[in-house]
Amino acid sequence: MLTKEQIAKRIAQEVEHRQYINLGIGIPTLVANYIPTHLDVVLQSENGLLGIGPFPKESEVDPDLINAGKQTITMLPGSAIFDSAQSFAMIRGGHVHLTILGAMEVSEQGDIANWKVPGKMVKGMGGAMDLVASAKHIIVAMQHCSKDGHSKLLPTCTLPLTGIRCVKKIVTDLAVLEIAPEGGFILKERAPGITVEEIKSKTAGKLIINGEIPEMSFD
Amino acid sequence: MINKTVENAAEAVKDIQDGATLMMGGFGLSGIPENCITALLQKGVRDLTIVSNNAGVDDFGIGLFLQKRMVKKMISSYVGENDEFERQLLSGELEVELLPQGTLAERIRAGGAGIPAFFTPAGVGTEVAVGKEVREFNGKLYLMELALEADFALVKAWKGDTAGNLIFKGTARNFNPIMATAGKITIAEVEELVPAGSLDPNQIHTPGIYVQRIFQGNNYEKRIEQRTVTR
Repeated sequence: MLTKEQIAKRIAQEVEHRQYINLGIGIPTLVANYIPTHLDVVLQSENGLLGIGPFPKESEVDPDLINAGKQTITMLPGSAIFDSAQSFAMIRGGHVHLTILGAMEVSEQGDIANWKVPGKMVKGMGGAMDLVASAKHIIVAMQHCSKDGHSKLLPTCTLPLTGIRCVKKIVTDLAVLEIAPEGGFILKERAPGITVEEIKSKTAGKLIINGEIPEMSFD
Repeated sequence: MINKTVENAAEAVKDIQDGATLMMGGFGLSGIPENCITALLQKGVRDLTIVSNNAGVDDFGIGLFLQKRMVKKMISSYVGENDEFERQLLSGELEVELLPQGTLAERIRAGGAGIPAFFTPAGVGTEVAVGKEVREFNGKLYLMELALEADFALVKAWKGDTAGNLIFKGTARNFNPIMATAGKITIAEVEELVPAGSLDPNQIHTPGIYVQRIFQGNNYEKRIEQRTVTR
């Protein structure tokens, strides 16, 4: 079973040279730590920054420089600042190549639910609905099962949706999966030491297994 | 040049009445109009409708309005940092309309730009789409969203001049420039107010045409929500 850091590390392998990328809060934020240094990529923060840098030193903390998680950050050379309408124009306009975000549920059609649980306090969707409706490539980072052991990969989502038919790839603590165009989770890789049987038993939606399923590699 | 200067925050907000619709700039606590918030708390208006991406925290920003029961309705995208907000929402004292952040931003932009409505893919197939026109363009579905305007827009900039031209700093820019365009009366508070002619026209983010009142604020706390540092 992968740790959160390992999920982030595996997702970082999906990043391509010269991409503009939006990272959601949680595991997706950790992906930034594992992007290979030979790749030139730019991280977008939807509150209005291209070129997110590392957290500041204590002496460099600037309240006027935060990311979408409201954390203090720095800017890398070549950064640009813009307003919120411009930020979502570049998102909806398809200029952001890759969105990585967390989820509570994903359906075998690629629907995603990640913003609201009935009966619990509603916090709001923030920018998630705009991001999933627009990005060319959407990767979900999440645990395979909920804390109480229920599969989060379902035939259809039970929670209120964030977007429909948008997720392309999912990396969980057990597996890497892709959404088949006709529906279903195509099993691409297993976490080290995890069997296909275990993944099968923990995937409530349709699981598609083609031949030998390799273990993830972290080199 | 038209001089937009007013003496202070109290004078700037003096005609904001009960029941007004206010746009308030800021993302989290970054770039919020701290001086106008304090002045409105002292004035004590009620039944406000507030358009703001977030609702502050319990003891800062818009959270202070909630404590004094000044808000009737919030139009926001994310309100998760505020316990008093949750309490008033569950008890029915407070109404809330949650929107995708990009939809919120574009509705404000459209309001300031004379565009009554637009189509966006955000929210198609979700509860955000309920009651909204859905139309297909080039094989993809979009929702119709309406422009937003406000009686007053309260924005915070880094520098401004007496003509109302504004320059923002860092990610404190966020919703401020678009809200400045969508207020019937836009009130700008700035950290540094300079005479018209002192700012480089090439560097202006918000042209003074959108700003009706400007003043130099003081005692900015600029509270940080998540202080994250590299050791």
